[in-house]
Amino acid sequence: MTVLEARGVDFSYGKRRILTGIDLAVEAGGSVGIVGESGAGKSTLLSLLLGLAAPGRGEIRFDGAPLVLRDRALMRRFRSSVQAVFQDPYSSLDPRQRIDRIVAEPLESLGLARGAEALERVRAALESVGLPADVSRRYPHEFSGGQRQRIAIARATVVRPRVLVADEPVSALDVSTRTQVIELINQLRADHDLSFIMVSHDLGAVAATCDRTVVLEGGRVVETGSTGGLLAAPREAYTQRLISAIPRLPSA
Amino acid sequence: MSARRSATLVAGLVLVGIVVLMALVSLVWLPYSLDDTTGGRLSAPSAEHLLGTDKLGRDLLSQLMVGARIALMVGAGSVAIAAVLGIAIGLIAALAAPWFDDAISAFIDVAIAFPVLLTAMLIVALQPPSLGSAILAIGLAMSAIVARVSRILAKRAVGSQYVIAARTSGTRTLGIIRRHLLPNMAPTLAVTLALQFGAAVLAEASLSYLGLGAPPPNASWGRLLQEAQGTVLTAPIGAIAPGIALVVLVLGVNFVADGLRDAVDPTRRGRRS
Amino acid sequence: MTEPLLSMNALSVRSGETVLVNATDLEVAAGERVGLIGESGSGKSLTSLAVTGLLPESLRASGSVRLAGVETVGADEQVLRPLRGPVAGVVFQEPLTALDPLMRVGRQIAEPIRRHLGLRGSVLDRAVSDALAEVRLDEQRFARAYPHELSGGQRQRVAIAIALAARPRLLIADEPTTALDVTVQSEVLDLLDRLVAERDMGLLFVSHDLAVVARMTDRVLVLQHGAVVEEGAVREMLRAPQHPYTAQLVAHARVLDAALDGASGPEGAR
Repeated sequence: MTVLEARGVDFSYGKRRILTGIDLAVEAGGSVGIVGESGAGKSTLLSLLLGLAAPGRGEIRFDGAPLVLRDRALMRRFRSSVQAVFQDPYSSLDPRQRIDRIVAEPLESLGLARGAEALERVRAALESVGLPADVSRRYPHEFSGGQRQRIAIARATVVRPRVLVADEPVSALDVSTRTQVIELINQLRADHDLSFIMVSHDLGAVAATCDRTVVLEGGRVVETGSTGGLLAAPREAYTQRLISAIPRLPSA
Repeated sequence: MSARRSATLVAGLVLVGIVVLMALVSLVWLPYSLDDTTGGRLSAPSAEHLLGTDKLGRDLLSQLMVGARIALMVGAGSVAIAAVLGIAIGLIAALAAPWFDDAISAFIDVAIAFPVLLTAMLIVALQPPSLGSAILAIGLAMSAIVARVSRILAKRAVGSQYVIAARTSGTRTLGIIRRHLLPNMAPTLAVTLALQFGAAVLAEASLSYLGLGAPPPNASWGRLLQEAQGTVLTAPIGAIAPGIALVVLVLGVNFVADGLRDAVDPTRRGRRS
Repeated sequence: MTEPLLSMNALSVRSGETVLVNATDLEVAAGERVGLIGESGSGKSLTSLAVTGLLPESLRASGSVRLAGVETVGADEQVLRPLRGPVAGVVFQEPLTALDPLMRVGRQIAEPIRRHLGLRGSVLDRAVSDALAEVRLDEQRFARAYPHELSGGQRQRVAIAIALAARPRLLIADEPTTALDVTVQSEVLDLLDRLVAERDMGLLFVSHDLAVVARMTDRVLVLQHGAVVEEGAVREMLRAPQHPYTAQLVAHARVLDAALDGASGPEGAR
């Protein structure tokens, strides 16, 4: 079953066309990587999929029905099901809030849990991302980049969503932290049967997390396919160029 | 909070405390009534008149104590008006559509260029001069400055990933303002408002000079300074005393703002890596 | 024995009591390519900045760095200035902040050529277009452009042209392609590769990316917490890392690299 979908989506910012005719879907439990270079429209597409803006033409569909940003009841259901992790672990956490308050925000804002129950769920979420409960009274600046990204993932998963949407979640991290966060994401996906959408310029990270890949160039989808197939035999010239440009380690 | 920070806060509280104490005492007791001119003109400080008297023979200490009350009312009142209005305008601009933000920004620029004095005269044209209208005029004029600072601070926070994350967390606009925008604007705003507090007390002084401030016999410190101008060489105490009082209050408020900012800002406390 | 182009001896960098770089030794011979690998906070950038005396004022360097035989630790600007350009050129990660936003690109390239090579007038103009041609910005319009009118890749090419304008014998590149898209990164690396080879320059290449360092250099130093933990030939280090930290670094890089071959993937974690 399709959980989240973009159908014939166009988007313009002022007179500038950013996205044209985007079709994309993620199945329950499935994963899609959206790759492309700067200016390809990745982040814009992501904000549409997150219901932060409405497409100029076409629609975003959630559970088989169009997403209407004004429909409060629908949006509340949507936000309880679709959560996000962002690129920069330094600016995606409010510097003036303690970790427990940060992680509890979706619970409180969506009215899913309060007080002791919320605290218990926050503790469980922090534990599931490999952080001890005693971090909850601290502030973001006391943590490393990788730890902060774990906190962001705890915030996204505390409401037990069905879809996790990630915008370059590991690009700002060091190599060793990067693979650990990827492992964590894969672990959580397996444990909670999460659908996963990730935007990234890093095909390696996409290959390590996503079953399917959509290649974006100049606001259009140029190629879609299983990640393995696409990497092994890219059909489009742009995809070929993208893949051949990745710096590779000399074979051992 | 480091020892130096807390020292700033304590020093600020002491300085402001002195002025507050003077103001509170003036409500229940004054050495001499303000229309008591029995002390003789420009008498030097003595046991009867600790700070001497002015050119009408009134007790300077008594005037200074009443002035403290006026200074605090002017500072707190106009800063409160400026804060409520300015922060609201700044937040609306930062959250509004780009064209509306542009319109508000242009309006703020015009308002900042508009002299306080002119605002005050317009208000006085509508109602007789009183301390209230002076406070209103100063507060309105300063709200433009606060609005400009608030708008920049709010815009910076609105563009941050934590606010986008709050939206995907389901937090609505009012929640975002309360939970993320205001706390992140607070440290810089506190300093801005403290500076405005000092500016308000000084602005009232010039309004009094033009007869647009607190009506006599309630002399504000600003008016005391103006009145002492002619006799500053023969009886310097008349200018020095209100001058020092003004410095104590303005400095104290700034210290308190600095100290508070550091006390409430977690990112300024000790880091652990 | 002739002195190496760059010779660093027990270089330490401190911020107050904190040691950021700890007794680092490093040599780059003429024409040699050396990589400096490390994660954030490893001190790799500070080490490269110390070479040309570009450390921030608040940091203190001790030990010795000899660039073409001249000591740069604690040296005056007067000593350092003739070294920057003719001896060592530097390319940074973020080309936008490295360029003057208010000056046309042509003038920014002309500046070091005029200063160090003493060219003037039409000869200078020709040298500027040659320098731009060398970084594949042939069209006339590039010399007239301001930095913000160029793409990230074009800006980095301009930064390279400026770094190379005074014909340095050593190029220091600090994460020069980290801010760029993959395809642009690949082009810029090709360009650097070609220019370094053509001019027989020494190269000190700083990066967190093992694959990029392996492509650009022959010998590498691995930095952790400001200290060198391993040093040797790139391929050898990738094949058989000696230090546990290096081993861990290589293993993590291999995970993502292998994912591209479909060796592991999301299915692997399930």
